Amino acid sequence: MRKKILGMFLAGVLAMTALTGCEGAANGNNGAGTQEQASGEEQTTGDQQTTAEPAGDGALTGTLNLGVIGPMTGAAALYGNAVKNGAEIAVEEINAIDPAFQIKLDVQDDVHDPEISVNAYQTLKDNNVQVIVGTVTTSPCLAVSAEANSDRVFMLTPSASSPSVTEGKDNVFQLCFSDPNQGSASAQYIADNKLASKVAVIYNNGDAYSTGIYQTFKSKASELGLELVSETTFTDDTATDFTVQLKAAQDAGAELLFLPIYYQPASLILKQASDMGFAPKMFGVDGMDGILTMEGFDTKLAEGVILLTPFSADAEDEATANFVKKYNDKVGETPSQFAADGYDCPYAIYRALEFYAAQNGGLDVTDMSYADLCEILIGVFTNPDFSVDGITGQGMVWGANGEVNKAPKAVVIENGVYVGM
Amino acid sequence: MLTYLINGISLGSVYAIIALGYTMVYGIAKMLNFAHGDIIMVGGYASFCAMSYLGWPPAVAVLFSIGVCTVLGIVIERLAYKPLRSATSLAVLITAIGVSYFLQNVALLVWTSNPKVYPNIFEKIPPITVGEAQVSGVTMVTILANIVIMIALTLFTGKTRMGKAMRAVSEDKGAATLMGINVNFTISMTFAIGSGLAAIAGVLLCTAYPNLVPTTGAMPGIKAFVAAVFGGIGSIPGAMIGGILLGVIEIVARALVPDVPSDIFVFAVLIIVLLVKPSGLLGKTVREKV
Repeated sequence: MRKKILGMFLAGVLAMTALTGCEGAANGNNGAGTQEQASGEEQTTGDQQTTAEPAGDGALTGTLNLGVIGPMTGAAALYGNAVKNGAEIAVEEINAIDPAFQIKLDVQDDVHDPEISVNAYQTLKDNNVQVIVGTVTTSPCLAVSAEANSDRVFMLTPSASSPSVTEGKDNVFQLCFSDPNQGSASAQYIADNKLASKVAVIYNNGDAYSTGIYQTFKSKASELGLELVSETTFTDDTATDFTVQLKAAQDAGAELLFLPIYYQPASLILKQASDMGFAPKMFGVDGMDGILTMEGFDTKLAEGVILLTPFSADAEDEATANFVKKYNDKVGETPSQFAADGYDCPYAIYRALEFYAAQNGGLDVTDMSYADLCEILIGVFTNPDFSVDGITGQGMVWGANGEVNKAPKAVVIENGVYVGM
Repeated sequence: MLTYLINGISLGSVYAIIALGYTMVYGIAKMLNFAHGDIIMVGGYASFCAMSYLGWPPAVAVLFSIGVCTVLGIVIERLAYKPLRSATSLAVLITAIGVSYFLQNVALLVWTSNPKVYPNIFEKIPPITVGEAQVSGVTMVTILANIVIMIALTLFTGKTRMGKAMRAVSEDKGAATLMGINVNFTISMTFAIGSGLAAIAGVLLCTAYPNLVPTTGAMPGIKAFVAAVFGGIGSIPGAMIGGILLGVIEIVARALVPDVPSDIFVFAVLIIVLLVKPSGLLGKTVREKV
């Protein structure tokens, strides 16, 4: 009996831990290879639509079949639906500009699963889709981009932020910051604004997103003379009790706590820090976005939290205000960063086609093959004269590695809303 | 160090209360209900919904969640475990894992993966300061609940008619049937009580660590299982001692060796206990009769 129980225990525990181990890999990927993108190269200003005198009429005409792949159901549905809603608003606007050029959206669900995502991609190809916006999450994006690379289909991902998404694939571009860039941008921001000199970090060492940001943050911080007084970790399975990590940061006299993690563990850290009376400045990255919309979350806990995010819904420029209003009317909530990413993607592709049409005496996209469009778009996106002003950043330019370069914005949470800094 | 000890006891008391339910079901039905952690999650959601959507006071919400979990426990037992009463224990174990994932995915469908923040229902209880550390209200309530449940379960299995029937079923199902005990009803009752305890554990877990997602119960459930084995599975006081010790081990390990994921130590405890003393700290060594 003893032996039987022992075997049973071990079998059961092994099975359970092995299975639960697979969860929470929302941003799982393998490696945080690329460090920094070539910074410092300023995009050229000036209106690119009129820079080149068109040989013909320079008009963009026809109907573009634009595919979107993302999780519309399942655990990551929040992200997929935000991107879908954002993209739909953008397409409505673009279609209203000129009846001669129309975009037809075709949205496919991938349930945040790489295999289903590849199926969704095949469906889009069967539906004669010419360009793809997607996929929304990282691991499906890795699977689909490999297929799209050999098929020569142009992909612009709104939010898959791992550098491995674009690595070695000339046809894949990112609209969002790649993960590691957020780390160095955060350190730069903290140093430039003299927010603190003693910094503590708590990161998830079971998650490539978090670890990638931490590593670039650390190297940039030491370069800038920020002192890292405490560096502690957790994993998805131990993401409940942070008292030990917080105590270490407190004992080390940290003035600022850098949290390159998602909002869910961050909400627990904020609560436990407040319970123990530890109140350093809190600094998060885009994973922190969403903390205010958590059901039942006491937003007082997040008071004063600073986060680096390319999009803030309360920004006062006209484009953002217009988008926030339309999104609110359509969905009934304030758009997240994912919605903004989804909104910017069709525009980036539209601007790129316009750019090409203006330089090459017009372009009719109806029934063009995806491979031809792919070469055109790669050419435009890597053209240093091509830049896009979106609601997630002014003057976005792309490098040949597919990564975007744009200025990060920081917001601080005051009275339960984001306020630009 | 004192802070770590107290934080460890806070975490351990949550493991202990989950382990009580595990050990209760194992002690009587002789099966490992791996879905126990997920019944806790359902208990958390049931009380959350009652408080946040229906506006019920916490006490009523807790009773409601106990009711939901008790019924759920009976239904699961009827549909999933009862048909396997004469099957091998491995078949039942695999079924329990299946039930666990079934519940998680149903919860994903019903409540989505958006985390919900559980309200602090013991806000009014002021924390006690011990040296430099604080013992929060929820920790005190959890420890108190542990003791009350432990005593109540001991009395119940020792003194009442139903409790005696449960012990008889645990020792020998065949003989119990001959003595006029309704084995199926007794096992159903065991699941009802175990699941009711899971609801209480769910409320306390979510109050202490207020983040409710469909996988909330999974990891604490497994750790509570380790705690139950550590203390001696089937032993009621053993579950409590095992739970608290495991919480302290986890927190102290995290403080002393911050670079190593603390779960390594938690599961190393399981392996060592099974190798050195498989019956656990307080468990009885029972030789199987042929």
